[in-house]
Formats: sequence, C-alpha cells, structure tokens
Amino acid sequence: MRFIPHTEQDIREMLETIGVQNVDQLFAGIPDNLQLGNKHLDLPPALSEIEVISALRQIQMRNPDPEETSSFLGAGAYRHYSPAVIASLIQRGEFSTSYTPYQAEVSQGTLQAIFEFQTMITMLTGMDVANASMYDGASALAEAVLMSNRINKQKEYLIASSVHPEYRQTTETYLRGTDLRLINVPYSSDGKTDFEFIRANLNDRTSAVILQSPNFFGIVEEYEQLGRELKDQNTLLIVVVVEPLSLGILKPPGEREADIVVGEAQSFGLPVSYGGPYAGFFATRKKFVRQIPGRLAGETIDRKGRRSFVLTLSTREQFIRREKATSNICTNQGLCMLAVTIYLAVMGKQGLRELALLNLRKADYLKNKLSKMKGFSVRFNSDTFNEVVLRCPRPATEVRDALLEYNILAGLPLGDYYQELADSLLICTTELNTVEAIDRLAEKLGTV
Amino acid sequence: MEIPNDLHYTIEHEWVRMKNNRATIGITDFAQGQLGDVVFVELPAEGTELTKGSPFGVVESVKTVSDIYAPVTAKVVKVNKDLESQPELVNSDPYGQGWMIEIEFLNSNPEQNLLSAAQYIEQCKDQE
Repeated sequence: MRFIPHTEQDIREMLETIGVQNVDQLFAGIPDNLQLGNKHLDLPPALSEIEVISALRQIQMRNPDPEETSSFLGAGAYRHYSPAVIASLIQRGEFSTSYTPYQAEVSQGTLQAIFEFQTMITMLTGMDVANASMYDGASALAEAVLMSNRINKQKEYLIASSVHPEYRQTTETYLRGTDLRLINVPYSSDGKTDFEFIRANLNDRTSAVILQSPNFFGIVEEYEQLGRELKDQNTLLIVVVVEPLSLGILKPPGEREADIVVGEAQSFGLPVSYGGPYAGFFATRKKFVRQIPGRLAGETIDRKGRRSFVLTLSTREQFIRREKATSNICTNQGLCMLAVTIYLAVMGKQGLRELALLNLRKADYLKNKLSKMKGFSVRFNSDTFNEVVLRCPRPATEVRDALLEYNILAGLPLGDYYQELADSLLICTTELNTVEAIDRLAEKLGTV
Repeated sequence: MEIPNDLHYTIEHEWVRMKNNRATIGITDFAQGQLGDVVFVELPAEGTELTKGSPFGVVESVKTVSDIYAPVTAKVVKVNKDLESQPELVNSDPYGQGWMIEIEFLNSNPEQNLLSAAQYIEQCKDQE
C-alpha cells in the first residue's frame, strides 16, 4: 500500500472549504506558551549512525545482561525458550508489514493466521470461541469485566487479590468514570482465594467473580464447584491465566465452569520485555459471541466454493457501530499473535505437556531445596506450577539486592504489592533455569 | 412498501398492534428494507420492564446494527423465539411472523405520541 501525502493544492482546498487562512490557524486554540512556534528544541548535536549505535549500547549496558544473569523472575512475564523458526517466519515481509485485514481478498495469509490462533486458544482454554488477540493480558481482563456487564447488566465484581496486581490496576483504570465497582477478595492462609468470602458477599448485583489460576503466588485454584454455584446466580466466572503454559497439564478453565477466559500469551514465543509488546488472549462461550470485544476472523467459502477467511461479526465493532461498539479496540497484536501461533504449532499438544511438566519439576526441585534452608520457608502450603513464594529471614528487597551482586535475579519482592508479604520473594523457574543455577541460587541465598 | 392502516407507529420505525391492555411490537417494512438482510435479533427476557423511548433490543443486518426502541412503557410478556434461528422473518414478514415482542402496558394512554399510518408514511417520505 502506497502512502500518498496531501499536495499543496489539496491543503489549500481543504483550508478554503473550512474557511481558514493557513495551517497555523488550526492550532490557534493551543496557548502561546505551549506552542513551539519558531523556537528550537534544546537538542544535542546530530550524531552519526556509528555514534548513535554506540550511545544506545551504553544505555543498554546499564541493564543486567540476560545471558550473563541467572534470572528467577516471573510474576507475569516468563522466560521460555523461543525456537528459531518463529523469528525467521514472523520477519517475512508479508507478515511484518501487513495492515488490518479489512480486504479479505488480499489478506488471506494474515486472516488464516488469526483463525488458527483463535482455534488454538479455544483448544488450550476449552472455550468455544476466541478473538484475534488483545493488547495484553491486563487489558484483556478489563475488557472481560466490561463484557460481563454487557451480558448481565450488573455492576459489582468480586476480584481475588491474588489476581496479578497490575492487571487489577489496569482494570481499575478502565472502570474509572463508570459505576462498575471492584471488591477485593482476600486470600487465605494457604495462598488460595477465600471462597467463603465470595459466597458471603455474592448478591444479585454481582456481575462476575474474577480468579487467576495459577494465581499471582503461583498457586493452582480449584474453582469448579464455585463456578457451578455462580451459574445459579446469573453471575459470570472470569478466569485469568497469566502463565498459559500451565494449561499444558492443568484441566482447561472451559471444563471448569469458566464463562470468560483471558490471559497473556507472552510465554509462547515472545521475549520478556519491559512494557511489551505482548499479546492478550480472550475466549468465551458461543452464546456470548456478539458481546466479544475486538476482531474475530471466521472461516467461510468464496464464490467458487474454496475455503477462505474473513473478519466476521464486525457489526460489534467501532468502525461500524461507533459509540455502541462492544469495545474501542479495533485492532489486534498481529505480529505477536503470529509468533504465538507458530510457537503452539511447533510445540504441539505433546510438546506443550512435556514442557509444562519440565517447568513443574524444576519448580518442585527449587521448592524442596529452598524450603530446607535455615531461615527460609515456603510461604503457602499449596499446589503450585512454576512459581513459589519464599519467606526470607530478612526483608525480601535486601535479599534481592544481595543476590544481584552475584548476577542472580532472585525473584520479585512482594512487599510493594502486599504489605504483609514484605519478607517474601516470588520465585519462578522455567526450562531455562538449570539445576546448577538453582543450586547456585540456594548457595548464595544461604549467605544472606 | 406496506404500511398497514390498523397499526400504530413510531418515528424510530417500530409498529405497535394494540389489543386491550396488550400489544405486539415489531419493525416496519420500511425499516427492514433500509437495513437489508437481517442476520440477528437480540431481544429482552420475558418480564423485562421497558421505558418508552429507550432501547430494548438490537437488529443486526449484513450492513449495520440498529437499536429497537420501546414505543411505550410496558412489561415484556412474550418474545418471538423463532427469530433466534430465523431472523430473516423480519425481512420476509415484518408485520406477521417477524414480530418481536408482546407487551403489557404499564401506563395509561399508550397511544399518546404514537403515529397513525398516514403520519408514519409522511415521516418515511422525508427520510427516503
């Protein structure tokens, strides 16, 4: 697609039409002191390409080098191995430069990739239908909350405090200015969500109950029975999956009474990166399909009867339905979603299961090793996947800082998110953490 | 275009067939013609209370989506379930099998502010 700028004549005609003398007048409403006008920005002198690369490298070196550092950070962003085929395929020009596939006749590759992504997400989550992806897991949760209100018109949400704290913040932001309200559900002494609190606070204003599994503490929630009880109440169950690799071995939320399943697909072939780009996923039941936010690709046949793909149910969307659209997301994470699709195709069902088991075993090894250390203990006695909360003999931030001296990122100190857990570190183990690295972590922890 | 004389209408293109304290509601022949092929109709649950002038449902066609507005303040007593599987009835028989809801009036003077067939035809002429 070519970019065709306005000509001088175009601009003149447009200005005449709206009765404005020149382009500057369009900005007359901006106060003088905020206008750049003829002033120059205070910028350093221009650099050559060599100098720019060198300057950027200097900045980059202020980060710990992930190759040199032993990282046990998880908490919503997971280090997993990304097979080389992903990078080489997503860099193909047809994919990396493609635009929103409104024109099905020239976008079959992109549309098929979206369709396959959606299919894989439904298989993974056990749901009927998934959309073309969201910005990230956090915004996917916020959209699920809004969708639940569209479905049952209720305005209160019981949200587990063990849902990723940043997901809860994002949702709060989306709800600002609405009359929808989140009510925090505490966690119990075993780190699981307090379902009795939920049962006691459920009422006919409750639109949805929101749980994460594995939750922010890495603990697997058992919510099937609760989900059944919610059905009688006309309250939806929204399940958040921040580490979807866990679905390689856990029963899918779709088989456990979930009505909407959202999460983050970064684990599948996307590098950990501060601020993304990541790719959220969004899946639900077929009966709610017209309330879904965002893009949907569908399979159809063309006039010659050949299998083909299109954007479908677009009348939900903003470019057709304006302010009554289900959401103002009119896009998806095309390239990241493609990486996820290729990753899942490469791994296959069996590969995903084996990798999930490997993560589980590594985490179990770490859990056993660290819990036997003097002064340390596993904070919650519950089943976990690849993360565990470790109670330390000193404030967790001090432990983290001490281990950074050895090039070890020991995990996330929880005090910033949960005051009462200031002595605890959230530690993650994936297939990329070797047994030697875990042993070394244990050894260095012993010195703090 | 068919605009039956015995019905009441709204400027939003709903028709109302009154019978004692009840009425059947749908969208007009003019409306279905403007929308094109209807692919989905979303209707309220039985028992829902409607306020005159506020949207109670949605008609989705291949071209667009439109709200359906309550012509009167009323309670929904029956919903046309056939439209779930055969939304095209709205196109083929808008005043018959394509009906949408049956309601019970919750206020007196339900005819107030509704249009007669002749008035409605005038409205449509302006919009064509």
